Amino acid sequence: MMASSYSAKDEDGHITVSGPGGGTLRNKKPENTAFKQQRLPAWQPILTAGTVLPAFFIIGLIFIPIGIGLYVTSNNIKEFEIDYTGDDTSSPCYNCAQNFSWNNTKSCTCIIPFQLDQPYESNVFMYYGLSNFYQNHRRYVKSRDDSQLNGNIDSLKKPSKECEPYASVDNKPIAPCGAIANSMFNDTLKLFYNDPNGTSVPILLTSTGIAWWTDKHVKFRNPGGNNANLTAVFQGTVKPVNWHRPVYELDTDPENNGFINEDFIVWMRTAALPTFRKLYRIIQKNNNMAPTLPRGNYTLVVDYNYPVRSFEGRKRMILSTISWMGGKNPFLGIAYITVGSVCFFLGVVLLVIHHKYGNRNNSANISN
Amino acid sequence: MKERRVKANAWDYNDRFSYADNRIKTSKYNIFTFLPINLFEQFQRVANAYFSVLLILQLIPEISSLSWFTTIVPLVFVLVITAVKDATDDYFRYKSDQQVNNRQSQVLIRGSLQNEKWMNVRVGDIIKLENNQFVAADILLLCSSEPYGLCYVETAELDGETNLKVRQALTVTSDLGDISKLMDFDGEVICEPPNNKLDRFTGTLYWKGNKYPLDNEKMLLRGCVLRNTEWCFGMVIFAGSQTKLMQNCGRTKLKRTSIDKLMNTLVLWIFAFLICMGVVLAIGHTIWETYVGTNFRVFLPWDTFQISAVFSGFLTFWSYIIILNTVVPISLYVSVEVLRLGHSYFINWDRKMYHSPMGTAAEARTTTLNEELGQVEFIFSDKTGTLTQNIMVFSKCSINGQMYGMDRLKKKTACVDFSFNPLCDRRFKFFDSSLVEAIKMEDPAVQEFFRLLALCHTVMPEEKSEGNLVYQAQSPDEGALVTAARNFGFVFRARTPETVTLCEMGRTVTYQLLAILDFNNVRKRMSVIVRSPEGQIKLYSKGADTIIFERLDPSSENLMYTTSEHLSEFAGEGLRTLALAYKDLDEDYFKVWMKRLLFASTVIENREDQLAVLYDEIELGMKLLGATAIEDKLQEGVPETIACLNLADIKIWVLTGDKLETAMNIGYSCNMLRDDMNEVFVISGHSLQDVRLEENSGVIHFHCLSSFLRSAKEHILGLSRVSSAGHVEKTDAFADDSVFEEAIIAEYALVINGHSLAHVLEPQLEHILLDLACLCKTVICCRVTPMQKAQVVELVKRHKRAVTLAIGDGANDVSMIKTAHIGVGISGQEGMQAVLASDYSFAQFRYLQRLLLVHGRWSYFRMCNFLGYFFYKNFAFTLVHFWYGFFCGFSAQTVYDQWFITLFNIVYTSLPVLAMGLFDQDVNDQNSLRYPSLYKPGQQNLLFNKRQFFLCTLQGMATSFLLFFIPYGAFPLMVKEDGSPFSDQQAFAVTIATSLVIVVSVQIGLDTHYWTAVNHLFIWGSLMVYFAILFAMQSDGLFGIFPSSFPFIGTARNCLSEKSVWLVVLLTTVVCVMPGLVVRFLRVDLFPTLTDKVRRLQQSRKKQGPQEQNLRRVRRTSSRRSAYAFSHQQGFGELITSGKNIRRSTVSSLCSPERIAQSHSSSWIENMLKRKNEVSCASPESEGGAPKSVKGTVCMDPTDQAQF
Repeated sequence: MMASSYSAKDEDGHITVSGPGGGTLRNKKPENTAFKQQRLPAWQPILTAGTVLPAFFIIGLIFIPIGIGLYVTSNNIKEFEIDYTGDDTSSPCYNCAQNFSWNNTKSCTCIIPFQLDQPYESNVFMYYGLSNFYQNHRRYVKSRDDSQLNGNIDSLKKPSKECEPYASVDNKPIAPCGAIANSMFNDTLKLFYNDPNGTSVPILLTSTGIAWWTDKHVKFRNPGGNNANLTAVFQGTVKPVNWHRPVYELDTDPENNGFINEDFIVWMRTAALPTFRKLYRIIQKNNNMAPTLPRGNYTLVVDYNYPVRSFEGRKRMILSTISWMGGKNPFLGIAYITVGSVCFFLGVVLLVIHHKYGNRNNSANISN
Repeated sequence: MKERRVKANAWDYNDRFSYADNRIKTSKYNIFTFLPINLFEQFQRVANAYFSVLLILQLIPEISSLSWFTTIVPLVFVLVITAVKDATDDYFRYKSDQQVNNRQSQVLIRGSLQNEKWMNVRVGDIIKLENNQFVAADILLLCSSEPYGLCYVETAELDGETNLKVRQALTVTSDLGDISKLMDFDGEVICEPPNNKLDRFTGTLYWKGNKYPLDNEKMLLRGCVLRNTEWCFGMVIFAGSQTKLMQNCGRTKLKRTSIDKLMNTLVLWIFAFLICMGVVLAIGHTIWETYVGTNFRVFLPWDTFQISAVFSGFLTFWSYIIILNTVVPISLYVSVEVLRLGHSYFINWDRKMYHSPMGTAAEARTTTLNEELGQVEFIFSDKTGTLTQNIMVFSKCSINGQMYGMDRLKKKTACVDFSFNPLCDRRFKFFDSSLVEAIKMEDPAVQEFFRLLALCHTVMPEEKSEGNLVYQAQSPDEGALVTAARNFGFVFRARTPETVTLCEMGRTVTYQLLAILDFNNVRKRMSVIVRSPEGQIKLYSKGADTIIFERLDPSSENLMYTTSEHLSEFAGEGLRTLALAYKDLDEDYFKVWMKRLLFASTVIENREDQLAVLYDEIELGMKLLGATAIEDKLQEGVPETIACLNLADIKIWVLTGDKLETAMNIGYSCNMLRDDMNEVFVISGHSLQDVRLEENSGVIHFHCLSSFLRSAKEHILGLSRVSSAGHVEKTDAFADDSVFEEAIIAEYALVINGHSLAHVLEPQLEHILLDLACLCKTVICCRVTPMQKAQVVELVKRHKRAVTLAIGDGANDVSMIKTAHIGVGISGQEGMQAVLASDYSFAQFRYLQRLLLVHGRWSYFRMCNFLGYFFYKNFAFTLVHFWYGFFCGFSAQTVYDQWFITLFNIVYTSLPVLAMGLFDQDVNDQNSLRYPSLYKPGQQNLLFNKRQFFLCTLQGMATSFLLFFIPYGAFPLMVKEDGSPFSDQQAFAVTIATSLVIVVSVQIGLDTHYWTAVNHLFIWGSLMVYFAILFAMQSDGLFGIFPSSFPFIGTARNCLSEKSVWLVVLLTTVVCVMPGLVVRFLRVDLFPTLTDKVRRLQQSRKKQGPQEQNLRRVRRTSSRRSAYAFSHQQGFGELITSGKNIRRSTVSSLCSPERIAQSHSSSWIENMLKRKNEVSCASPESEGGAPKSVKGTVCMDPTDQAQF
């Protein structure tokens, strides 16, 4: 019978109510503000034919040119790809792939000739592509120690647990630790131009400038600061088990050695999908007018160190030019053209529907 | 439980029992216990427990697919918000506790009265109370300023009744009125232990070797207010938390909305869906590990514990449960609470629901029911005080065959000027000056008429200053009549037990009061016998006309016919009527009669009956004077509100304790019953055959009722069949009545009374009743008990799956208010009882229109949009992981950065959707009220139901699909402009996250109908915050400090500087949003709902500028109906004649030679009090199965009380 949610306030509250003639009314009148009275000025858009249909046409008209532009640009990009996995007997790398063993200290070399039908102008980018390689597997992705890679001495000596089982060997820390580093791509690719006059000209492959600036200069740092003597810095650590050389011997250039070796950095940026390509080298354009890679015959020389056959992976070498929108990528162009057309088409259809069946004058017949 | 012993003025003695002190504590926490208790409470909630389990799962490294912070940050956020809310609530409780605890009261300490704070009052203390003070604890009344230790209290705080109640001290203690005597008082009370029964108390006072029984009539309970009593002393029996008031403060049963229930079901479904996804992905993982993973071990060896692919799949299941848990969003519950709180504030702030005369604003007392207000289908309304003001206005009269008074609705006539009368009540208004003329002409009939009104009543006058009279009337009818007499120059000024003093046209006349023949329900009349100064003995009587007419002298016959005509005219206007008659008495006859009366009143057995016979005898052969008509004023705007709610398809049932005729009258004046209705079915248990059948055998009665109900239903259906046959040629529809329920064009009404209802509510009949009632436009249940009110509500609630709302103002409505889905209390005349039990309260019935059609509709609309969007957003956000699973070896790798997962729901997307949920308006308030049909979608549950949920989640899934696969198509071959590859996981994550944030922002933009500045701020702000946080999280600085926590360093910079990324984002956005837009446009264009139409209209209006908005006028019909309503409870008559409640100016009168009379009349008062008790107990006892809330005290307002 009693108030169930009693609050002591209520005991008080009644006095004034019981005596309406009493004169002492508490001024509880709510404030007359637009906010409290829910009268805030507001924009109240309505979906009408006048707003929706033009939107569709405009989207269509914008998307189709973009799509065409993208498609044309993408088609103008020259790209050449060689699969050198070597699972086919006819492949030059068949033997290397067959005879691969982790214990081989001497790398197996295979020579793959190929021909470019078109000259490649401007900078040409050389990628290696891997397929069926799950760089995005959760256990793989987390198997690294960013602290160690950032040059933290403590992490160098005592890598994070995430790196297991590649954290240490015989109680010695692995540098760099983890499955990602351990599985670093270590084929060496060299490119030779077979001059029509018979000589084989090696093509200069630039190995710097292939990683993101932030990675190279912020995310990855060698331990010991600017200590040039990396051997000393990495004293007490061991190389990853799959590696042939320790991390401080990745390059001779001190600016590209150790953790800040760009091949290493590129590898450490794990791919989103199991089929991916990573930048390997850049072929700088010539100063003269001649194309960077003229038409003709080339030879790709591969030091075959990286086994992929066991998991049915594939390895590729790709040469590509780029444009303002990046590499060859027909998807975006086609998608834009499709979406633009669909929008335009929808606009037309909606217009027809609206004119035939739509209620243009429906405010008059509101009934209650 | 053990009995309680309290000894007055004996602290040491009382201290041994460690009774509660008078400090009350409604706050739950203090500074030190807040954290543990609050956390414990919070973790009892399912949602929080669920997230704690997730958190524990995440701490297991083998399955942890996300860092611990992704769950703990939102969880802590939620916990902190809830804790802050709890803490502020508790702080306010603490403050009000403090305020109450610090109230002053006068306590007798060491021989003197000292001011003490309430909290220091102890059991056994003797405290002094003064007029209009709150009672500080449950005290035993010892003595008072009034004679016989009487005192008056108002118990509105306890049971909602505003009429005064009498309490009387024990005779032995009633002369303790001075301090030294009280000091020496050392009585010991042994009584029952603390309980919550407000109307019961048993105990014994031991004092000076004697035992005195104590009952409830000697107790003043905490929460009462002392009235009309200068002071009183009492001894504290129960203090603080042991008082009856505090013992009654149970927790209200938590009401939950249908959306709540739906939401819980949906969350369970989502949970099942989550498990399904987990299983699918776990199986995928097992297969992958078996065929691919095994071979890939060259580069990714299995962990040592990873025994087999199946076990790995098992672990992956848990990992996926962790990363997909965001489909059950933790912030959902908090956001919903925040929204509801906001909506409640909007209700509190609404000036259009503020009643300035009373100074009461609308109040949402429960903050969890708002959206249910938008779905109400049935309203159960009390009549008295809810539809009507419970203010009686003397509006017309018929004197000696002459009718006075104008219909105020018809003509705008000037109010009568009462300036000739210095004692008039200025608030009184009358609209016929011819009556004043008649008075001034000294027309004897008119004078006698008003003399009767001034004499024949039980009103108590209070003259605070000269000429400033205040009447304490027991029922508002009486007050109105006496006030009318006062204004017409017959001023009732004072009364003593033996006299009544009038001021007749400026002349003071004192009548000797010989007897009061009090009102009761059987007699339906009251009379007084007075001796005028001239020595003439007269009997004045007023009562229901049927009763009075039976007892008239034949000479009044002609007058009777004229008056009868007038009466039916009054009744036709819905006025309450009374007939007045008088009789000259012969001195000798009266003496004989008086003797017999005195004798009869001392008889112990059958006293009542004997008195009744005597009364009957003398009240015969009276002469008719005329009749009065009192208007039971409707509250402002009631008919309009009812008409408007009817248009919104809300069915309004009136449940009242009043009589059938009164109820029907109000029905007519509220436009609920109309003359043009096809049929009004009246089921009244009082009509003879029913009552008789009821007495003979219940079975026949049942058949009778049920066949009546059936035939009524057949009647309706039959008619509609005929009428619809022309249009619809569906013969098979005969089998299905429900088809016809829709098709009924004709209007019916059902009126049923409490007796019939009791039988109809039996399980066999209730279905028929419900069917019939739902076919009718109007249902009125009269003479129902509070419990029956609750039963009717329960019936509809149970069988109709409809949202019910009960509105009432009195204690008798509490049970129905508590039973209905939504209870609304009118903070009106009858105290706070209904308000305290209600979920919403306001001052006027008409505000209901705004509460439902504006606030309710908006709340529902907002909540539905909010939920739809929320589920969409979370599905779009989370399911990307599912698609990614197929490309990452089902390894539970997340797509997004962990920080993004942490912040997405609480930072990036929470505010825009909250702003939408708080401010959105599809249609403004004027149009909501103008087109009540806009309310219907809520009743039909159209805006958010399982279908809508599926559509939302489907849209979410489609969005997640596109969000994943468009970048998937674009990315593998993508390189940056400097040739460096760019298909890495982090760039992928940033691109998808950016697309997601933009897509959901565009979507909320499309969902927002009402873009206030806040919406703009939140939507654009959230986008900006997203980018700001994105760049901050991936900045060099943060990485430098925590290299392993922020591995995404530089990704945003590298990624978002690419044109191709933006092209992908743009494409994704357009593709995700377009289909929804097309569907929405087509829907608006081809099948516009009423909302769409009104929106369009509203916009075109706005362009044209504001237009005059004319509100609907309700046409009122009038027809001739008879109504004789005069009902209030047993009067104070005996109290008056016994003289007990008349204050004597001197003590000497106490010792006057009336000893015998005194003892005699003390039996009267006991008798009276006893009878009063019977009245109050009648309700719980006669209704065995009454809900607890009804038990206890008087549950009816005075006008409703007559039935008992």
